[in-house]
Amino acid sequence: MTRKTNDAIEVRNAVKRYGTFTALKQVSLTISDNEFFTLLGPSGCGKTTLLRMIAGFEDVTEGGIFLFGEEIEGLPPHKRPINTVFQNYALFPHMTVLDNVGFGLEMLGKSKSEARKRAGEVLEMVQLSQFSARKPSQLSGGQQQRVALARALAPRPKVLLLDEPLSALDLKLRKAMQIELKHLQKETGITFIFVTHDQEEALTMSDRVAVMSAGEVQQLGDAREIYERPRNMFVADFIGETNLLEVTVDQIDAGRAACHLGGGHRLTCDAVDGIGAGARVHMSLRPERLFLSSAPTESESLKARVRENIFIGTDISTILDLDDGPEFRVRASNSSRGTSRVFEPGTEVFVNMERGAARLLVD
Amino acid sequence: MAGGAATGGSSTSDTYAEARTWLLLPAWVTLGILVLAPVAIMLVYSFLTKEFRGGVIWEFSLGAYDQFFCNRGLFGDEPCSIEWTYIQIFWRSIWQAGAATLLSLAIGFPTAYFIATRPPRQRTLWVFLVTIPYWVNLLIRTVSMKFLLRDEGPLNDFLTGTGLLSEPLAIVNTNFAVQLGLFYSYLPFMVLPIYAAVERYNFALSEAASDLYAPRWTVLRRILLPSVKPGIVAGCILVFVPSLGSFLAPDLLGGARNFMIGSLIEEQFKGNAGNWPFGAAASMILLTMVLIILLIFARQQAKAEG
Repeated sequence: MTRKTNDAIEVRNAVKRYGTFTALKQVSLTISDNEFFTLLGPSGCGKTTLLRMIAGFEDVTEGGIFLFGEEIEGLPPHKRPINTVFQNYALFPHMTVLDNVGFGLEMLGKSKSEARKRAGEVLEMVQLSQFSARKPSQLSGGQQQRVALARALAPRPKVLLLDEPLSALDLKLRKAMQIELKHLQKETGITFIFVTHDQEEALTMSDRVAVMSAGEVQQLGDAREIYERPRNMFVADFIGETNLLEVTVDQIDAGRAACHLGGGHRLTCDAVDGIGAGARVHMSLRPERLFLSSAPTESESLKARVRENIFIGTDISTILDLDDGPEFRVRASNSSRGTSRVFEPGTEVFVNMERGAARLLVD
Repeated sequence: MAGGAATGGSSTSDTYAEARTWLLLPAWVTLGILVLAPVAIMLVYSFLTKEFRGGVIWEFSLGAYDQFFCNRGLFGDEPCSIEWTYIQIFWRSIWQAGAATLLSLAIGFPTAYFIATRPPRQRTLWVFLVTIPYWVNLLIRTVSMKFLLRDEGPLNDFLTGTGLLSEPLAIVNTNFAVQLGLFYSYLPFMVLPIYAAVERYNFALSEAASDLYAPRWTVLRRILLPSVKPGIVAGCILVFVPSLGSFLAPDLLGGARNFMIGSLIEEQFKGNAGNWPFGAAASMILLTMVLIILLIFARQQAKAEG
């Protein structure tokens, strides 16, 4: 075991079982110091379980958890220099805002006055100084959220865990808090581990994202990588909107894979490790990287018929019926260049791909 | 439009104002017959003159209160000095009821906590189990307790039989026996309100505290206890108040020396030997005391929340 590595948290082959149910199957990941790391996945994917294991609320059935190279599994939560922002804030209702924020410092042995002084500074950082004498119940949801954040930051933890802290806020406030959290993380230099089921939130804030499902990490990478090069069906489907086509790979040549659809239409795209000739796999096509035209622009253009146009503010989404394939979606930005590519329902059109729009997926 | 809304609002509240009188009538009648009238009768009787065969003579007198607080010597002709007999009985009652309350709290809190932390389906079963003994009449339970605790009872048979003690433990006819009796009589009144409070408690608060470096006992003392305090206060009041006026447990388990107010009052209304005005006066004094205690609790509660 190496001591004092640069990895804030290392999860090594962690397994969590409740009776016969396995919540987490062999998860291994490392989170660097000063990183904004997000665990992203639908409910029940094991992300919160993993977070609670790092905090110390759940023990690890197998494997280990290391904090800067030191094993912390077995330590109770109050002996780990890690703090948590809870989903529903869990502010102490009988204490003032100032005492809530000072609580951790007091427990670390600081005098009451010292704890209050530092608590005041942290409250100033989250712009809540004027509310320090209030009880949590006298604050709005957004303010309570900031108090919870201040309370967790005040003891200067080595790692801050955030368990869907923004899920109770309305959209506008949530967007503002996303930016603020990101800035706060850079300012304090504390490693943040953020749990969310909101993929947009994850992509906006994180240095790296681990996409989880069914107790496993499906893919780990930065936002761009995960969005543009999803590794499997789950990731492609969960992150953003996509079209999935069933294809058969005919041959791989110079990093390009030649494939055909069920009806025989041919397509080529970048080859992916682990998918060889003869494989029947899915291909992901992001709607915003496709465009429509009245005549085919290349041999690979797919013939389709427009079913419906949906106006969604920044974009116009077109639903199409493909000649041989399922329902298909194409997005055009709501700009003069984009709208010139929108056709009336019933029109026969061709779907064209930008380079890199298609991506082969491991099932 | 605002004016229209206001008119609409006031007309609705007028409708209710009319109905309110009628809807509240049953409550007022019940309160009047079951609470106000008996207290008023007691108050009146406490200022009447005693009749020697029980009952009263309708003549105003402060005799009952005088008897309670003043010692006027053997022949009743000396100036008033403080009469300690009854004050001592009151004091002993407070002490006994207080001890029973603490005992109930010591056993009731962990019990309530245990029940509230079971899986939701099991909780109902545990609450049910706690209340089962209380389907049996209080008198029978208290007598049974005496049988269990007496020198030749199962408890002492066990203690001497296993050689833990050579002599049976004399429990019956002690203060402790009375405390045990009161504790057993009113335990569910402690368990249930605390259970309700702990069940509502957000255990994420405990997690948050331990996440913020608080060891287990500190979590209990600083976070859990303040959060469930209303339940604890309610439980203490519900045990303390009936214990204070109780006469079954002290009579049956405490013997003649461990007399409490309840017994004193009961004696005054029994057979021909009683003294109704004195019993009424003692009841009024007890009632006043309980009210003062409740007011102190209420004020503290308001201060804690304020």
